[in-house]
Amino acid sequence: METENILDIIRKSQGKAAIISILEDIQEKYTYLPEEALRLVATETGCSLTDVYGVATFYKAFSLKPRGKHCVSACLGTACHVRGAETVVAEFKGQLNLQPGETTPDNEITFETVNCLGACALGPIVVSDGHYHANVTKREVKDIIKATREGTHGSGGASKDYEFSFEASCPQCGQSLIDAAYRIDGHPSIRIDVMTDVGTGWMRIPSLYGNFVKILEHAAPEDALLTPLCPHCGANLQGKLGCLECNAPMGTMNVDGGAGIISICSRKGCNGHILTLNGATI
Amino acid sequence: MITLTINGLRASVEKGTTILEAARFLGFPIPTLCHHEGLSPYGACRLCVVEIGDGPGARLVSSCTYPAEEGLKVRTASERVIKARRMVIELLLASCPQSKVIQDIASKHNVRQQRFRQEYEDCILCGLCVRMCEEQMMAKAIGFRGRGSGRSIGTPFDIRSDVCRLCGGCMQVCPACQLRCTYTEPDKAVCGGCANLSPPCVEKEQFHDMMCYMSPCVACEIRKD
Repeated sequence: METENILDIIRKSQGKAAIISILEDIQEKYTYLPEEALRLVATETGCSLTDVYGVATFYKAFSLKPRGKHCVSACLGTACHVRGAETVVAEFKGQLNLQPGETTPDNEITFETVNCLGACALGPIVVSDGHYHANVTKREVKDIIKATREGTHGSGGASKDYEFSFEASCPQCGQSLIDAAYRIDGHPSIRIDVMTDVGTGWMRIPSLYGNFVKILEHAAPEDALLTPLCPHCGANLQGKLGCLECNAPMGTMNVDGGAGIISICSRKGCNGHILTLNGATI
Repeated sequence: MITLTINGLRASVEKGTTILEAARFLGFPIPTLCHHEGLSPYGACRLCVVEIGDGPGARLVSSCTYPAEEGLKVRTASERVIKARRMVIELLLASCPQSKVIQDIASKHNVRQQRFRQEYEDCILCGLCVRMCEEQMMAKAIGFRGRGSGRSIGTPFDIRSDVCRLCGGCMQVCPACQLRCTYTEPDKAVCGGCANLSPPCVEKEQFHDMMCYMSPCVACEIRKD
């Protein structure tokens, strides 16, 4: 801990009145509030150490113990709780071999439980280093821990940004396009038929918004255009929209029984997609 | 001057006087625990509740923190007040039954039993010692830490504070340490509280400007022998 750093933080602020923001800045720098830092804050701002210590122990956001490089918080709010957050927390406790609020011995991960993250519809939620994991199951815990340790959230091809699963159905006949038997990444896949130069075959994409890897029955080159067809009624799903990324025509499906429309680029290697939910485009 | 009515009796008091002070001036007894003359009012124990207002608008307030208002109607011993006060005493007994001060208050109000889960806390968080340390001893060596069920009183980092002069003022005002009997289990009926205490003046030589508020001081008495 360097005294100069802390003195800088204190000098930048407005003394006594800004004690919480001073402590926040110190915590951001050192991941926790060292004892010497609190003593320095007390002498520099003119507050008594008792008051500074009282504030530091009152707020749950402040920690007086060193924390790990990465922070994983599991939500135990009411909505997450009824969706099984307890088992997720138990799994974290078992895999990391610690109690909530503790840090792994290698000082890598601090695991804690929080009471609500305000995203109850996506529960059970786990946040690792500011990255939200929605609908977490016991099985995903291992991957989350691995990604947190490696710091690989959101990087690489299979981005987990904004990932959530949805129901897809044919806009013509209304029948579900979800194939629960064929799973991709542990989630049911969406199955439609596609017409290519070679002939007609099935195509499956994950029912997870954000990543549309196309798996085809018949191999096709990356730039091939696929004409999407409903496997139930045979209707052509090609919509009026053009892909924002490659300008190819897009296949359109209803989302969650007509609550929205999802358009997916019909070029094999393109991940272009547009989701419109309740009139709002995401 | 402000004129208010306490139990039907009109009284004129100066601006800023609390209901408690006005009632005591007229001779109406209001029990208190966290109130101490010379320390700022705090309103922690709620033992001093009184009823103010009329009819459906009547409400219970802590008289030690409520300043007198013009035309205020106060009842210090209505049925509702007595009921609330007895409940407060039961709650205090549930958390700290070994305190002589609380036992005396309970006995005075004829509370013989309490209906809650029995605990044996050392502290009722009345804040008397914190205020004593800050306001009379000018030290601010102890304060509140944590919150909710984890709230406690003590020094920062649980080590002896640099500003503590070991005056013993905190122990002198404490309703829970004062003559505290460590009797918590029926088979340990002998009180050994005072013998277990390590009174601060043992280290008196080191502190020239030290004040002592323990009288008689257990440590001094022991040292005489």
